[in-house]
Amino acid sequence: MKTKSKAIFKTIDIVLLLAVLGVAIAVDAFMPVGLPATVLKKGAVFAVVAVSMNLLNGFTGLFSLGQAGFMLLGAYTYAIFSIPLEARESVYYMQDHLAGFLHVAELPVIPAMIAAGLIAAVFAFLIGLPVLRLKSDYLAIATLGFAEIVGAFAKWDTLGPITNAPNPLVNYPKFSKVTTYFIVAGVCIAIIALLVRSTYGRAFKAIRDDEIAAEAMGINLAKHKMISFVTSSFFAGVGGAMLAMFQSKAQANSFTTALTYEILLIVVIGGIGSLSGSVIASFLYIACSEWWLRFLDTPDVIPGLTRNGFRLVVFSAVIMIIVLFFRRGLMGDKEFSTERLVKGSKQLVRNLQDKRKAKEAK
Amino acid sequence: MKKIVALVLAALMLVTVFAACGETKTDEKVIKIGIFEPASGANGAGGKQETLGIKYAHAVCPTVEINGETYKVELVPVDNQSADDKAPTAAAELVGKKVSVVLGSYGSGVSIAASDTFKQAGIPAIGVTCTNPKVTEGNSHYFRICFLDPFQGTVLANYAYNELGYRTAYTLGETGNEYDQGLVHYFTEAFTALGGKVENASFVKDTSDFNTLITNAVNSGAEVIFAPTSIQYAQLIVEQAAAKNADVTLLASDTWDSNVILAAAKGKDVDIQVTTFYQEGGNAEFDAGFKAWIEGDSQNLTDNGGDSKIAAVSAMGYDAYFVALEAIKAANSTNPADIMAALWDVEYTGVTGAIKFDEINGDADRSTAYIKKANTDTALWDFVKEQGVN
Amino acid sequence: MNITIDHLLAGISVGGQYALIAIGYTMVYGILRLINFAHGDVFMASGLIVVYLTTAMPLQYAIPLVLFLTVMLGFFIERAAYKPLRQAPRMSVMISAIGVSYLIQNLALYITGGLPQTYPAIPWISDSITIFGAVTKRVTIITPILTIILIVLLVALIRYTKIGMAMRAVSKDFETAQLMGIKINRVISTTFVIGSLLAAVGSLLYFTSYQSVVPTSGSMPGLKAFVAAVFGGIGSIPGAVIGAFIIGICENLIKSSTEFAIFSDAFTFALLIFVLCVRPTGLFGEKSIDKV
Repeated sequence: MKTKSKAIFKTIDIVLLLAVLGVAIAVDAFMPVGLPATVLKKGAVFAVVAVSMNLLNGFTGLFSLGQAGFMLLGAYTYAIFSIPLEARESVYYMQDHLAGFLHVAELPVIPAMIAAGLIAAVFAFLIGLPVLRLKSDYLAIATLGFAEIVGAFAKWDTLGPITNAPNPLVNYPKFSKVTTYFIVAGVCIAIIALLVRSTYGRAFKAIRDDEIAAEAMGINLAKHKMISFVTSSFFAGVGGAMLAMFQSKAQANSFTTALTYEILLIVVIGGIGSLSGSVIASFLYIACSEWWLRFLDTPDVIPGLTRNGFRLVVFSAVIMIIVLFFRRGLMGDKEFSTERLVKGSKQLVRNLQDKRKAKEAK
Repeated sequence: MKKIVALVLAALMLVTVFAACGETKTDEKVIKIGIFEPASGANGAGGKQETLGIKYAHAVCPTVEINGETYKVELVPVDNQSADDKAPTAAAELVGKKVSVVLGSYGSGVSIAASDTFKQAGIPAIGVTCTNPKVTEGNSHYFRICFLDPFQGTVLANYAYNELGYRTAYTLGETGNEYDQGLVHYFTEAFTALGGKVENASFVKDTSDFNTLITNAVNSGAEVIFAPTSIQYAQLIVEQAAAKNADVTLLASDTWDSNVILAAAKGKDVDIQVTTFYQEGGNAEFDAGFKAWIEGDSQNLTDNGGDSKIAAVSAMGYDAYFVALEAIKAANSTNPADIMAALWDVEYTGVTGAIKFDEINGDADRSTAYIKKANTDTALWDFVKEQGVN
Repeated sequence: MNITIDHLLAGISVGGQYALIAIGYTMVYGILRLINFAHGDVFMASGLIVVYLTTAMPLQYAIPLVLFLTVMLGFFIERAAYKPLRQAPRMSVMISAIGVSYLIQNLALYITGGLPQTYPAIPWISDSITIFGAVTKRVTIITPILTIILIVLLVALIRYTKIGMAMRAVSKDFETAQLMGIKINRVISTTFVIGSLLAAVGSLLYFTSYQSVVPTSGSMPGLKAFVAAVFGGIGSIPGAVIGAFIIGICENLIKSSTEFAIFSDAFTFALLIFVLCVRPTGLFGEKSIDKV
C-alpha cells in the first residue's frame, strides 16, 4: 500500500516537472516576447546561481559571498570564446590589437559554457587553497574581497585586448527560447542534486553540522570543502554565462556585490539547505521584484506614497520580515515533493480539526 | 504573531496581484509611447531630467492624428535602474504594455542590454542621449538623435587644443565604464594627433576621494582635466578641485550639463566647460514653456534637481518625443513595424537642431556641439560657441 | 609614482574617517561575533539626515540632533533586526544585517529619488587652508586629531567604567558574563550606541570632505573600515584605528600612481585575504582557541 502511494506521488512529481517544461514551451509558442518570457528566463538563470550558492552555504556550511566574482569570470569566458571570429574586430573596436589566441579560438555555445564553468572552477580552486581554512564570517568577507579583485582586473584596460575593457562584450550567441534556458538550468540543477544525494553530499552535510565531529569520523575536511567550493563556482560560472546571454552584454559593472546579496536573499527565502526552495524562490523573487510589484512605482496607485523606488522599499521590508520571522524560508531544509505537500496539508487539516475539537470540548 | 504576519503578507500579495491586473479600459483611441529611462541607480538623475523633457513634450502635444482620427498619446514610463540585468525585464514590461515606440535610455549600457528585447518584439527605439556607437550599430530598430562618443571626444580635444590653446591634458574616467573611457579614448587620440600631451588616469566605482588624483593632475603640469564622468563624481571633482585651488580647466561632456554641477561651482574659483546638446536660450518659446511647466509641479521641480534650469537632456527628450510623433504621423499607423519603417525617412527640426537619420545605423547626423561654461557668480551656463570637428 | 605631502594628508584624513567607522564594526564583532553589514549604511543615513535637517534648521541645532538620531537608528536596528535572532545561527544574523543594509539603501533611494544630495558646507571646517605648501580643507587636519581624542575617551570608558568592564566581560565570554548577572542586552545596546555615535561623527567629517550623498555612499567606506578592523585584529580598538590609518595611507599612495590607481580597492581586499591567511587574528587580535 505504502509503496504504491509512493509510486503515485513520484509519478505526480515527474508530471509536475514536465508541466513546468510545458509552461516554458507554451510561453515560447504563444508569447515569445514580453514579461512572462523575460521573467522566466531570468528566473532560470538565478535558479542555477542560487542552487550553486545553496550547495555551498546550505549544504556545506561555507558562507561564501564570492558568487558575483565567479559569475563574472563565467560571463567573460563565455563571451570571449563564443563571439564569432568575424565579429571580433567590431566588438573590440577600441582596442589597438587583439590578444593572439582571439584570432583563432572560437567555441560553440555549449563548449563555451562549459569553459565558462571551468575557468570559474580553476579560479575557485586557486583562491580556495588559502581561504577555505577560514572560519565562517572571515570566509564570507574574504570571498567578497575576491569578487571585488576579479572585478578590478576585468575593468583593467591593460587586459583590454582580452576583456575588451572598458567596453562591454557583445554580439555573442544567445539562447532565444525560454525552453532552452529551462533545459540548461535543469541539467545544472540536476547535477547538483545528484551530488548532494551522493556520499559527497552526506559528507558535506556532516561538515555543515559539526566540522570537528565530521573530521573525527574520517571525512577529509579540506578535500570536501574544496569539492563543494569548486563545484559551486563551476555552476556560478555557467550561471554567469547565462546571465550574459540574458542581458546581451558582458561587462564587469553588472557583477556587483549587490548581485551576490540578491542571490543570498533568494537562498534564504527559499530555505537554506533546500535546492527546490532556491529554485522556487528564484522565480518568485524575480517575478515579484520585476513584474508583479512594478506597479508600486507608478504615482497614481496611492498618491503621495507610491512613486519611484517604493517597490524596492516594500520588497526589502518583506525580505526583512522573512529573515526575521520565517527564518526557515519557504522550504526549510526539505525538498519539494507532492508527497510532502499532500501529507503536509493533511497534517494541517488534522491540526485544525484537533483545535476545533479542543475548543468544543471546552 | 507569526500567523498574523503570514496572513497579512499573503493578503497583501493577493491585493497587489489583483491591482496589477486591473487595467482601466476606455473607448478613446490611444497610442502608447514607452519611456525607457533610469530613475534610480548611477544614472537616475540624468534619466529623470530626460524623462521630464519627454513629459513636457507630451503636455504640449498630447494627441496625434492617424488616418484622420485623433489618438491620445499615453506615456508608459519604466525604471531600468541603470542596471544591465534589470534592463531586459524593464524593456519587456514596455513590450507587455504594447507600446508602439520606445524613447531612451540615458546611458548606453542599458540600451544595449535591452536592445534584443525590443528587436524581438519588433518595436523601434529612439535613443535620446545614449552616445555609444554600439547602440545602433548592426541593427535596424535602434535609432538615435544625439551625437556619438567619437564625435564628442574629438570635438572636445579640438576645442581644448585649438581654442583654449592647451598642450597638456589629464584625463579622469571611471574604470570599466564604456562612456567615460570611450570619451577619454577618442579625446586622447585626437589631442595627441594635434600634438598635445595626455596622461590618463582612472578611478574605481563609488570613489569619493579625488584629492589624490587632482593633485596628480596638477603635479603632472596639466592645463586641463578632461573628466567625462557621471554626475555623482562630477560634483565631488568640482568641489575638491575648488578646495585645492587647482589652477586647471575642468573640461567635460554632456553628463556634466546639470544644475548639480552649477550648484557645486557656485561662488567657487573654478573653470568648468562642457560640450552639450542644447544651450538654454536656444529656443525662447521652449525655454519659457518648460520652465513654467517645471515650476508648476513640485514633483517635477524635485526631479529636475530643485530648480528650473534646463538640462540639455531635457531638450533632447523633448525633441525625441516629437521625432516619434513625426514617425507615427508618417507611418499613419500605430503598428510598431510601420513606425520603424517610417523612422528612416523622418526629418524634423527640433529645439536642439535638425534631426535626420543616416541610412546605415539610424544615427542622427549631428555636426556641431554646443560648448558652455559655468558662471560661478550666477550659477548659470554661459554660452561659449558652437564647435564642430574641424 | 610621485608622492607628495598631499597624498599623505589625504591618506591620514581618510584613515581617520575609516577609523571612526571601524570602531563600530570591531566593537560589535567583539561582542556579538557579527559583521554588521548595515553599519556603513547607518553612516550614509547619518549623512542624509544632515542634508534634510539643514534645510529646516541652522547647523548648530542640526549637528547635535543628527548625532542623537543616528544613535537612535543604530539602537533601533539592533533591537529590531538582531535581538530577535540572539539564539539563531550566526549566518542568520549576518543575513539579517545584509537585509537591513538593503532596506536602508532602498529607503534612501526612495526618499532622495535617486538624486545625489549635496552635503551642506560646515563653516570654518570646510575652509581651504595651506599646510607645507599643500592646499586642503581644514577638516583634513581636524579629522585625525578628533579621531585620536575620541578614541582615547573610548578606551578610557572601556577601561575605567562599570559598563566598560561589562563590555570586556561579554566579549571575553558571552555566556559566563550572562551567568555573572551582566545585563547582556544593555551592554549590546550600549555598544551599538557608541558605534553609531562614532559613525555619525565620522559621517560629519567624511561628507564635509566629500560633499555628495548617494544611497550607496556608505558601502565602500563601510567595507574598507571592516577590512581595517580585521587588519588590526578584530575586537581590538587600537588595532582598528591603526589598521584604518594604514589602509587609508596605503590606498592614497597607490592612487598616486596613474597605472595602479584603479587597484586601490582591490589592494585593500588583497591585503585582507593576505592578513586572514597569514595572521587571522590581525595585528593586535587575541588568539582564540576553538573548544570542542
